[in-house]
Amino acid sequence: MTVLFGVFLLTLLVITAIAIVRTKNLFVAVMLLGIFSLLIAANFFVLDAADVALTEAAVGAGISTVLFLGALALTSEFERTPTRRRGLSLAVVVCATLVVLYATFDKPTFGDPNAPVHQHVAPWYLENEPELIDIPNVVTAVLGSFRGYDTLGEVFVVLTAGIGVLFLLSARPGAGARGRQAARDGSRIGLQNDVIPRVVGRMLVPFILLFGLYVQFHGEYGPGGGFQAGALIAAAFILYALIEGEERTLEVLPRNTLIALAAGGALLYGAVGIAGILMGAEFLNYSVLASDPITGQQWGIILIEAGVGMTVSGVLLLVFHAFAARDQA
Amino acid sequence: MTSLEFHLPALQVAVPLLLAPVVVLLRPRGLAWAAATVTSLMAFAIAVAMTQGILDGEVYRYAMGGWEAPYGIGLRVDRFSALVLLLVTGASSLGLLAGKQSIDRSIETQRQPLFYAAWLLVVAGLAGILVSADAFNIFVFMEISSLASYVVVAGGTDRRALPAVFKYLIMGTIGATFYLIGVGLIYMMTGTLNLADMAMRIHEVSEQRPILVAAGFITVGLALKAAVFPLHVWLPNAYTYAPHAVSAFLAACATKVSLYVLLRFDFVVFQPNLLGHDFQFAAFLMPLAVLAILVGSTVAMFESNIKRLLGYSSVAQIGYIMLGASLVSLTGLSASLLHIFNHALAKGTLFLAVMALAMRFGQLDLASLGGAARRMPWTMSAFVVGALSLIGVPGTAGFISKWYLVTAAFAEGPLGYFLIAVIVVGSLMAVVYSWRIVEATWFAPEVQANPVTAETTIGEAPMAMLAVVWLAALTNIYFGLFTALPRALAEGAAGALIAGVP
Repeated sequence: MTVLFGVFLLTLLVITAIAIVRTKNLFVAVMLLGIFSLLIAANFFVLDAADVALTEAAVGAGISTVLFLGALALTSEFERTPTRRRGLSLAVVVCATLVVLYATFDKPTFGDPNAPVHQHVAPWYLENEPELIDIPNVVTAVLGSFRGYDTLGEVFVVLTAGIGVLFLLSARPGAGARGRQAARDGSRIGLQNDVIPRVVGRMLVPFILLFGLYVQFHGEYGPGGGFQAGALIAAAFILYALIEGEERTLEVLPRNTLIALAAGGALLYGAVGIAGILMGAEFLNYSVLASDPITGQQWGIILIEAGVGMTVSGVLLLVFHAFAARDQA
Repeated sequence: MTSLEFHLPALQVAVPLLLAPVVVLLRPRGLAWAAATVTSLMAFAIAVAMTQGILDGEVYRYAMGGWEAPYGIGLRVDRFSALVLLLVTGASSLGLLAGKQSIDRSIETQRQPLFYAAWLLVVAGLAGILVSADAFNIFVFMEISSLASYVVVAGGTDRRALPAVFKYLIMGTIGATFYLIGVGLIYMMTGTLNLADMAMRIHEVSEQRPILVAAGFITVGLALKAAVFPLHVWLPNAYTYAPHAVSAFLAACATKVSLYVLLRFDFVVFQPNLLGHDFQFAAFLMPLAVLAILVGSTVAMFESNIKRLLGYSSVAQIGYIMLGASLVSLTGLSASLLHIFNHALAKGTLFLAVMALAMRFGQLDLASLGGAARRMPWTMSAFVVGALSLIGVPGTAGFISKWYLVTAAFAEGPLGYFLIAVIVVGSLMAVVYSWRIVEATWFAPEVQANPVTAETTIGEAPMAMLAVVWLAALTNIYFGLFTALPRALAEGAAGALIAGVP
């Protein structure tokens, strides 16, 4: 049954991908990309990777669609006819695909318990996690502690992306300020003239925020954690910005607060790492944070997940505002 | 080992990484630069401290979070890592020390904190790759360093920086994705991400298709990021339109880090386990290396913009590095690693001198630089020292690596004679393209009407900048005369890498 679902979803995925490449209308391409992410999320879910599915759905299908639309508002809706020949690109893609297909001939069969990935590191995590960290969601334990250094890196990838967008979009001095001035003069973006989205949206915002907080603090028990929660919380504010106008959102969370939030989250994560060194253990070793190593690990994971959530929501909102400010300029 | 020394591998990454978000928040004028420079110098000091330990026979290992590899992420710093770490942190420090006025001119004050934060993230990302012993962790830090380098390259004043950076971004992302596909395939067949563990476990499955495909994807992906011919098309424009200080920093070390991963992955994981891999490696890379030397140098001979000329020269120099490695011998590999070090010194000096030149000249093509050296003799003398090292004149650092390369090729028999011919021809071409710049700046009649701003009178570059440019130039002479440090690191590293080859 799982196989059948998988094949069905993957077939849809290929069809969507071809449609994205073929369409000339960028708006259509953005919508299809949202569907593409949702299909991947469903696929991850079928494979029992609920944490990844949640992230993909929130970031891929949700936030990136909004950001793509923000970028689209700054350019045109239609793709320009390509000036270069596409033959070479097509040849490279076909070759790479064939090579990957060739590689799959010797791969372990789907769901094989004797596959190498189920024999080496993964069973060690399952076996030893209860006595080392003791939280029900082993995925969070692996991401937050065993491979916490990778997660620290990913947080900084998000921060770097935020720094990059702010740096690039602030190139014309004062563009943001002028834009906000124009917004005050009347022509505002968003849905504030449409009654139904406003009413429904307003009702949804608190629930999305609440769900975001649930996902943030429930990451140790079920699927979730800082990345997903950060995306959800950012989504709530973006929705608010769409129905009430960007300006009112900035009154709630000004740009400087967002920058502090993004940088502060990354610093909080780093500080937990440094605390490990100061307490006489390795960087990012949470066991020494409390008298009992297991409690220390759990505290460490809660703290770093908070840092992740802060940075992800801060950066996503900064990027959204940067695009919106540019849009009105 | 003292407690601080024990933490050095982690601090090498953590110091620049964690200070980057702090720099974002430093608004007052000049403070972000000062903080970034101090951080970069601290990172350099850490690299020097570890190099000293390594020369005393230490190999630094670190278990992140206290979890032993392969369950946690391990760090490992040996001679090869130390060699490239010195370059990354050194080039960053010199670029920042010399680059303040140049960066002030191209980037508005309120955007500078973001720029310097991105610069530190490049340092942290590259350092993270170099200290890591984990294939996926390398990918994570590759993402940080790549994203951050797109940001700093896009800081150039020329609008053409944006298309250049977009090309760099697309090519870099494809390269990183190929690497990730390869790592994923290996993980599927071995269940581990730690490089040493991978090298052990891959043995049983080494003849299976996913591993062969993984070797292909990883090699091609990293070659793309390292700008190995013919995958170099992103490089010349990215270096040309980047802010001058960024060109100096990235030209000295960015592609070298990708070469580091390529060589480390190949010699640690694939060479010992895959049957006939040494032959495939040589047969794939040697022709590309020869073409890189010949084509890169030829294009450089006809290029008129100094920065793009130096960019194409880098394509050729990467060819020398790959040529040494493709011999799969101890001397060849030593030559390759030495050239990583020496080329960074030469190209770093040249780009720093170009930055000083750009303080006084708006256009950097040969036609508008006529007689520049008569107005800026110190700057252009430093440039000549860098050029001599690039060519490989005895007494400069460049000579040492070329000498090793010729020695290694000589041991190969008839094929080696052909390779020596290529090296000699390539060096002669380097003489030609360097001479074109020297001729234009020293001997051509002076060109008027090319000052960078109306009120500048064309004179020597600012003293502080000139001092750093000369510091870089002198390293070329120092390491040409006293070769103990780079040779100890390169030969030791080559010995360790080649030990796995059957």
